Amino acid sequence: MSGSAWERFRRSEAASGYLLVSPPAIYVMLLLAAPMATVLFFSFLTSTGGSVSTPFTLQNYAEVWSGRIYQAIMMRSLWVSMSVTLVTVLLAYPIAYFISFNVSPSKKSLWLFLITIPFWTSYVIRVSLWRVILGYDGIVDSTLMSVGLASEPVNILSNGVLSIVITLAHAYAPFAILPIFVSLEKVDRSLLEAGQDLGESRFVTFLRVTLPLTMPGVIAAVLIVFIPTVGDYITPELIGGGKVPMIANVIESQMLKQRDQAMGSALAMTVMLIVAAVSVAFVLLNRRFLGARK
Amino acid sequence: MKFPILRSYAIIYLLFLYAPIILLPIFAFNDSKIVAFPLSGFTTEWFGQMWADSQLRIAAKNSLTIAVVTATLSTILGIFAARASVRYDWKGKGPIIGLITLPLVLPEMIVAMALLTVLLSMGISLSIWTIILGHVLVCTPFAVVILTAAFQSLDRSLEEAAYDLGESAASTFRLIILPLVMPGILSSFLICFTISIDEFIIANFLGSGQPILSVYIFGNFRFPARVPSMMALGTVLVLLSITLLIIAEYFRRRGIAKTGGKDTGGFL
Repeated sequence: MSGSAWERFRRSEAASGYLLVSPPAIYVMLLLAAPMATVLFFSFLTSTGGSVSTPFTLQNYAEVWSGRIYQAIMMRSLWVSMSVTLVTVLLAYPIAYFISFNVSPSKKSLWLFLITIPFWTSYVIRVSLWRVILGYDGIVDSTLMSVGLASEPVNILSNGVLSIVITLAHAYAPFAILPIFVSLEKVDRSLLEAGQDLGESRFVTFLRVTLPLTMPGVIAAVLIVFIPTVGDYITPELIGGGKVPMIANVIESQMLKQRDQAMGSALAMTVMLIVAAVSVAFVLLNRRFLGARK
Repeated sequence: MKFPILRSYAIIYLLFLYAPIILLPIFAFNDSKIVAFPLSGFTTEWFGQMWADSQLRIAAKNSLTIAVVTATLSTILGIFAARASVRYDWKGKGPIIGLITLPLVLPEMIVAMALLTVLLSMGISLSIWTIILGHVLVCTPFAVVILTAAFQSLDRSLEEAAYDLGESAASTFRLIILPLVMPGILSSFLICFTISIDEFIIANFLGSGQPILSVYIFGNFRFPARVPSMMALGTVLVLLSITLLIIAEYFRRRGIAKTGGKDTGGFL
């Protein structure tokens, strides 16, 4: 009896599905789920001279959550990535709107292609180039001085946070444009005509019809920009010159330089927790927003 | 023109997006050690300097090996996941495909550190193979997304017709499905290749200190004297990336045309 049930399962759709998905699923279990579980485990252990051992403790988390340096770095990471997200999404929305509403359908994919090209060129090179552009006597400085707009180097790079925001807003632009564009494409154009037929101005129609309808795209853009920028390592290292470390730089220094794996693990888990909390908050916000409109 | 303001904004925005890339060739041929305006003259010295650097050649060879192996493995894993998710019905599809594409939204530093912790505690020594392990993890989600789109545009009745005409599951896959999703496979391969070549964090932390292209660029850009030859290298790499992308885009569009679908735009 059980043999025939097994036989039936073996020939079913589900069995083929599981069989096919098992290679990538096993890969991700071994190389992602297991390592993450290990880091979670390590974060409750005590660090002893380059390795970890029992007893279990909450000391690492206590230190991460109450230590003034950690708090400051955590706050800076959040502040920087929230500014980046705000700037990126605000700058991206009009572009997505332009491509969706003002570009003829045959040229839309060309515009999208143009916007995604810079994203596919090396991230390290793009970030390093911003260093050259913004730095002391760099391209901005030499241009401003040669046209007489500044008498001495402005050196934007010396303002670490501002430079990091410019660099990241540039790097994550396509990530914000694409989801907003997709949600704009879904907007039923007859709703807009209805709005205007009923006497609303173009701008009011935008505020009351288009913007609310595209909120899911905006929320997706916010998450897609926010999550990777919180954990960005290259930009604070190259642009901030190590003077404005963000959380990823501290994780690296705990794990590799101080060789304190327990502390590094607790930091990594804390970041995951913050990222997850922010994501859930935004998803709930989105749901509520959509729910209220039904 | 309905919205001249919006159009000018779009053009300024494109300039902002392209500003760093436009600077690459300008300063790659500029005859000055200092990267600043005004330009001083034309030279190919930086390309010569770049060509003569033996470290760069080793780095390029390592990166190529890593990228080719990564792109192949990720695309194969992507085919498995995409086919399973599009063609078959099974419980837990959402969570499992979600887990496979999770690296897309995880901070890369955390992925790298978690992998490093496990590899070191298992006593596995770092090499270009450990970098490949990490890169496959990061590239597979992109392969899954691209290939899912490719498999979705397949007409199921073609497959059924092949079965009715007496083909086995394996020969149907080889004769009917594979040729139709081939453009998706090529475009997934090229995208994974590009991501792997550019990736820095895993290449830096999971490597054994052997020169890797992105790590080499990261290190060299810090020395002002090396910046012009990095501009030359950047020019070459950007040209290479754009060429690969155009090829990938060509295959993607051909794939859509082949299966009779409608073009909906970019890669993501």
